Amino acid sequence: MKKTMGLAALAVMLACGTASAQQINVKIGVLSDMSSLYADIGGPGSVAAAKMAIADFTKDHANVKVELISGDHQNKPDVGSQIANQWFDVDKVDMLIDVPNSGVALAVSEVAKQKNKIFIVSGAAASTLTGAKCNANTVHWTYDTWMLANGTGKAMVKTGGDTWFFLTADYAFGHALEADTSAVVEKNGGKIVGKVRAPLNTNDFSSFLLQAQASKAKVIGLANAGGDTINSIKQAAEFGIVKGGQKLAGLLVFSSDVNALGLQTAQGLSLTETWYWDANDTNRAWTKRWHEAGAAAGKFPTMIHAGVYAGILHYLKARLAMGPGEHDGKSVVAKMKSMPTDDVLFGKGTIDVTGRKRHDAYLFEVKKPSESKHPGDFYTLKATIPASEAFRDPKDSGCSLVSG
Amino acid sequence: MFEIFGIPSNALFGQLLIGLINGSFYALLSLGLAVIFGMLNIINFSHGAQYMLGAFVAYLILQYSGLGYWPALIVAPIIVGITGMIIERTMLQWLYKLDHLYGLLLTFGLALIIEGVARNLLGSAGLPYTVPESLQGGRNLGFMFLPNYRAWVIVASLTICFGTWFVIERTRLGAYLRAATENPTLVRAFGINVPLLITLTYGFGVALAAFAGVMAAPIYNVSPQMGSELIIVVFAVVVIGGMGSILGAIVTGFGLGVIEGLTKVFFPEASNTVIFVIMAIVLLVRPAGLFGRRG
Repeated sequence: MKKTMGLAALAVMLACGTASAQQINVKIGVLSDMSSLYADIGGPGSVAAAKMAIADFTKDHANVKVELISGDHQNKPDVGSQIANQWFDVDKVDMLIDVPNSGVALAVSEVAKQKNKIFIVSGAAASTLTGAKCNANTVHWTYDTWMLANGTGKAMVKTGGDTWFFLTADYAFGHALEADTSAVVEKNGGKIVGKVRAPLNTNDFSSFLLQAQASKAKVIGLANAGGDTINSIKQAAEFGIVKGGQKLAGLLVFSSDVNALGLQTAQGLSLTETWYWDANDTNRAWTKRWHEAGAAAGKFPTMIHAGVYAGILHYLKARLAMGPGEHDGKSVVAKMKSMPTDDVLFGKGTIDVTGRKRHDAYLFEVKKPSESKHPGDFYTLKATIPASEAFRDPKDSGCSLVSG
Repeated sequence: MFEIFGIPSNALFGQLLIGLINGSFYALLSLGLAVIFGMLNIINFSHGAQYMLGAFVAYLILQYSGLGYWPALIVAPIIVGITGMIIERTMLQWLYKLDHLYGLLLTFGLALIIEGVARNLLGSAGLPYTVPESLQGGRNLGFMFLPNYRAWVIVASLTICFGTWFVIERTRLGAYLRAATENPTLVRAFGINVPLLITLTYGFGVALAAFAGVMAAPIYNVSPQMGSELIIVVFAVVVIGGMGSILGAIVTGFGLGVIEGLTKVFFPEASNTVIFVIMAIVLLVRPAGLFGRRG
C-alpha cells in the first residue's frame, strides 16, 4: 500500500514537472518591402535575419514554438494596414516586425494599437513613432530620424556647415527627418536658407539640385532614402556641387546605397548607423550565417536586418519570462520595456517608456576606393555616440505615455 | 537680371534647360512606343522593362568585357533589340488580329517577368555606372552650370528622334512600313516581306528603349524599378501626343519635359502629377491627342 502511494506521488510530481515546461506558441510576421525601393535594406534579408533569431532562441528553449510568415507591403500604407489587419485578425499573428517606410509603419502602428497586438519597428525612421504618435503596443528598434539628425547633422554643423538647404522626400519620413535636422542645425547656431520637397521615387533631381546650388548653402541636406538618395548623390556629382564647394549631408544612407553608388562617387560622405557588418568579428560571423540563412550572395546586411534579429530575440525572451497562455500586446510590450536588452549585435541597451530602444550610434565616413580592402569594406569609424546622447530624451518626445 | 513670378530669370532659364533635357528622355522613349503602336497596333507595356534592360546590359558589358559607355551605346540596343525580335516572332505575332487588350496583357506580363528576374539576379538597390571620362565635367553658361553629359543627351536624342521621323515619313522604307500597316495583304502582293518588316520594326522600337536606357545609366540609378517609374509618364506623353503619331510623340515629349521642369520650380510637390492632369484635359478636349490621326 505504502509503495503504491509512494509511486503514485512520484507520478503526480513528474506530471506537474512536465506541466510547467508547457509549450509557448508564438506567431511572428515579417512585413517588409520585398520587391521595390527598400527591398535591399529590408526585404528578404529581414526574413533571413528572423529565421536566424528564431533558430538561435529555440535551440536553447525547446518549449517555445515559433511560426514565421512574411509579407510585402509594396511601400503603400493601405496595403500595409490591410495585411496587418488580416494577420492580426485572421492569421493570429502575435507580433509584427520590420516595415521600412515610415508612412506604412505609422499606419501599422495604429492597427497594432487597435488590435492590442505587438509591433516592433526596425525598418522605418520617423521619430513620430515614439513621439506624437506613440502607443503602448509599439517598440521602435534600430534607428530614427532624431538620431540621424543628431549624428550626421550635428557633426556637420560643428565642422563649419552652418547654412543648410534641404532636399526632402515628400512624405512622412522626409518631413520628420527635415524637421529633426532643422532643429539640430538651429540649436547649434546654423541657419536654414531654403528647402524643396520632391515626390517619393523621383528619378531626376537636376531641377532641385539647381535650386540648391543657387541658394549658396554650405550644406545640402538630403532628407530622403534609398533610390532617391542614390539619384541625388549621383546627379550632384554630375553638376559639380561638391567640386563647387558645397557639402552633401546623406542624412540616411545604408551600406547597400553605398554599394549601389560605388566608392568613387560616395567617398567622403558622412553618415550615422547603429550597426555595421564589418565592425568586428562577431558581426562578420553573423553576416556569414545570414548568407547561409538565405540572403542573397554579394549583398551585405544592413542595420535594419540586425534590428530584426535583435528585436525578435528580445520579444521571445519577454514571452518566455511571462510563461504560457494568452498575453495581450500591451502587457508583453510592458514586459519588454522592463527587461534590459542584451544581444550579440547591439550589446546592452534599454527600451524607454515611449517604446524607443536605446543603444550606441556610430558616425562613419565612406572610404576612398584605394582604402577599401575587400568587397563591402565601406566605412571608417569616426566617432561613437553613447546611447544616452544618441536618442531623444523621452521628456522632449511629445509622447502621451510619458507621465508628468 | 529680372524676375518672373518671383523667380530670378537666370534660375528660370536653367530650369527650362533642365526641362528640355528630361524631355529628351521622354521623347526617346515615347518615340519607340509610338513607332510600335503606330506601325504594329501593339501597346508595348514592356517598354519600361526594355529600357531597364538596356541599362543593365550596359552594366554587364562593363563588368564582363570591360567595354565602356561608347561601345555599349551600340551593342546594348542591338542585344536588347534582338530579344525584342524573338519576343515578336514567338509571342506577339499571334496577337495582331485580336483586340489591343491581348497585346497589352502579354507585354505587361513580360514586363513583370523581366523586372522580377533582374531583381533576383542583381538586387533592388541599384548598380554603379559612371559618366564616361570624355563627357565628365561641364561648362558654366552664366545662368547655370551645364554638365557635358546632359548637353550630349539633348544632342543625341534630337538626332535620333528626327532621324527616325525622317526615315518613317520621308523615305521609301518608311513608306513600305506605313503601307504594310494599312494593308498588309496588298503590300505582300507586291513582293515585300511584310512579316520581316514587322519583326524588324518591333526590334527597332525596343532598341530605341534600350538606347534610352544606356543613356540613362550614368545619371540615373540603375535598378530594376527604373523602367516602371518612367513608363507610366511615357504612356501619358504618347497619349497626349496622339497614339499613332511619331512627330506628336517627339514634340510632346520635349514639351512636357519643359512643363514638368517649370512645375518643379513653382510647385515641386505636384511635379509627378502635372503630366496626368494635362493628359486628362487633352483627352477631354481632343480625344485623339494633339497630333492624333485616328478617330
